[in-house]
Amino acid sequence: MKHTLVARVADQPGVLNRVASLFRRRAFNIESLTVGHTETGDVSRMTIVVDTARVPAHIVEANLRKLIPVMDVTDVTHLATVDRDLALIRVKCAPAERAELASLVEIFRGRIVDVARESVIVEVTGDEQKVNGLVDLLRVRGIVEMVRTGKVAMVRGSTAEDAAIGHGTASAATH
Amino acid sequence: MQRTGAQIVWECLVKEGVDVVFGYPGGAILPTYDAMLDYPVRHVLVRHEQGAAHMADGYARASGRVGVAIATSGPGATNLTTGIATAMLDSSPTVFITGQVPSKVLGTDAFQETDVTGITLPITKHNALVTDVRQLATTIREAFVIARSGRPGPTLVDVCKDAQQASTEFRWPETVDLPGLVEPEPPHAQDLARAAELIEKAERPFILAGAGVIRSGATQALLEFVERTGTPVGLTLLGLGGFPRSHPLCLGMMGMHGEAYVNSAIQHADLLLAFGMRFDDRVTGNLKTYAPHAKKIHVELDASEIGKNVRVDLALVADLLATLKALTPMVPAKRHEAWIAQIDAWRRETHSRDILHQDANGRLLAAHVIHDLWKATGGGAVVVTDVGQHQMWEAQYYPHERPRTLITSGGLGTMGFALPAAIGAKMARPEAEVWVVAGDGGFQMTQCELATLQQEQLDVKIAVVNNGYLGMVRQWQEFFHDKRYAATPMLSPDFVALAGAYGIPAHKVTARPDVVPTVERARATPGPFLIEFQVQKEDAVYPMVPAGSDLHAMIRRPAEAATEVKA
Repeated sequence: MKHTLVARVADQPGVLNRVASLFRRRAFNIESLTVGHTETGDVSRMTIVVDTARVPAHIVEANLRKLIPVMDVTDVTHLATVDRDLALIRVKCAPAERAELASLVEIFRGRIVDVARESVIVEVTGDEQKVNGLVDLLRVRGIVEMVRTGKVAMVRGSTAEDAAIGHGTASAATH
Repeated sequence: MQRTGAQIVWECLVKEGVDVVFGYPGGAILPTYDAMLDYPVRHVLVRHEQGAAHMADGYARASGRVGVAIATSGPGATNLTTGIATAMLDSSPTVFITGQVPSKVLGTDAFQETDVTGITLPITKHNALVTDVRQLATTIREAFVIARSGRPGPTLVDVCKDAQQASTEFRWPETVDLPGLVEPEPPHAQDLARAAELIEKAERPFILAGAGVIRSGATQALLEFVERTGTPVGLTLLGLGGFPRSHPLCLGMMGMHGEAYVNSAIQHADLLLAFGMRFDDRVTGNLKTYAPHAKKIHVELDASEIGKNVRVDLALVADLLATLKALTPMVPAKRHEAWIAQIDAWRRETHSRDILHQDANGRLLAAHVIHDLWKATGGGAVVVTDVGQHQMWEAQYYPHERPRTLITSGGLGTMGFALPAAIGAKMARPEAEVWVVAGDGGFQMTQCELATLQQEQLDVKIAVVNNGYLGMVRQWQEFFHDKRYAATPMLSPDFVALAGAYGIPAHKVTARPDVVPTVERARATPGPFLIEFQVQKEDAVYPMVPAGSDLHAMIRRPAEAATEVKA
């Protein structure tokens, strides 16, 4: 099974290395890992999708929590979340097929962001299922190149407000 | 006040209460060594940085205080790594300070440059590279706070040479801001209630006591819990001393070389109370058949240990002392007479196989040496062992009554640990009688520290148990590799002459009647003293659970094994 963990980490050099090193040495299997800035200047946020077939998610979570720059970890797998994955897909496309492709992509709320003689770049954002759906359709036309960001996630609505209060308490603890 | 980075290192160490550091100078750490002369901290010059790391570790294990080692960049730092990994696996609070090349040449393969924070990342609780003198005081303070907090462990601060040389306004940070540090929480009321309920229902309860008992200072609290609930206790190797061995409910060590009756008790128990231990593979054997009838309660500070090896029914992620203090009044006073009688029956059966009750036919057996050492020291010494057969015989035949009296490398199993760790232990507890117990193999790995011992004039006694083999490996070859003794027969120097070369008095013992008198002579001699015990060449540690086997499927010492041992 796949679990999605959200970690808030201190924005310091080498933090990603510490997380990657932990996953390597404990043989935890990362499906995807994204990292980026947050609303707080010195805090980054990681969304980690981990395969928990071999090691339970709570052990991955507890090990992450032991890294000093990791401030907190939330397993959002069973929470209501908004999750998004962004893909750029270069797909074969003759000039005569562009209009048809554009309308196909439109169904997935994607768009064509670059046009070359025999190919276009499609951009699509959505949950993984939606992106996978478009990728499957484009594959038959011939995908030349693809990059995906991996999943980012945020807890929905009032659950998130409760969680945010929790974060506030945790980070207020000083030593 | 303005201070150089080098001075700040020592200002911080003094503030942390450090009275001794173990180290070796070199180019990149030279400014810090220069500043050292102006501060009231004793420096022990080692002969190899691995020794410095083990000394800091031994200091920490003997006292509970943070041990500190210091080394230069490159080879100085890489030599520390075996000792850092040893401290990591056994959760020993230690701080390592290393010099690094100037920040301007970082990453250029400068002379004696190594990526020390990179190398030590997986073997420290935390580490940091300091390139700017203004970060130094906070970084060192954090290193101490992290090393001590929660489940303790090693931290490392790598300090660029220019950061040691530059000056800044020094202010020691009383508090640090570490939002990511996991602080122990008190046990939850509903978990305590559930634990009390399971304990009340149990008919065959058993306690697995680990190093956490000693680390959390829960020795007395455990004693009170045991006496109230009438629960028998088994100890892990690192838990020895956490519960008095002479107590009627103390059964001794569990696991691979634990007594058969201890492992039988675990396999028949209906409730296991795991207190500050981590179900290491040396303790459990085959996980599929481990304690099949038992519900399991795990009290452990480190949440990442819960469910790692053994599925448990109830986990209390909390400090053991706090948990026991809360739990003991909640459980009814009990006596488990039928259960204890069953264990005693197993114990009597084991008694007949015990090597102590077998005739050695005039030969000197290592187990007898350990037993006689225990007798001659009144059981009161701090024993620091190396790794191998002698280590297991020590665990079996030197009963420990008090915490921090056995210092041994359990998790990493680091040969060469004993002599330097004993030097550290003696520095931490000068009043204690400290004995090294080492094999001929491990002792030669760090025997250069005899010079350190002599230079520091420390009263450390040394027992080298010499069987002419890498004994434990030879035992595995005997049992599992058809007695093909690949690379285990070992030539050793004349240890008495070797000690003499360092100016250390020494004596060789080849017969049992000479053991106690020689130990007494060593004890009566001020300063260091080495005894070489020339013991039976081929002898095995019994009983033994082969790695990964069922805990109840032990290889037992044959009833008259001593007579079968080859001359």
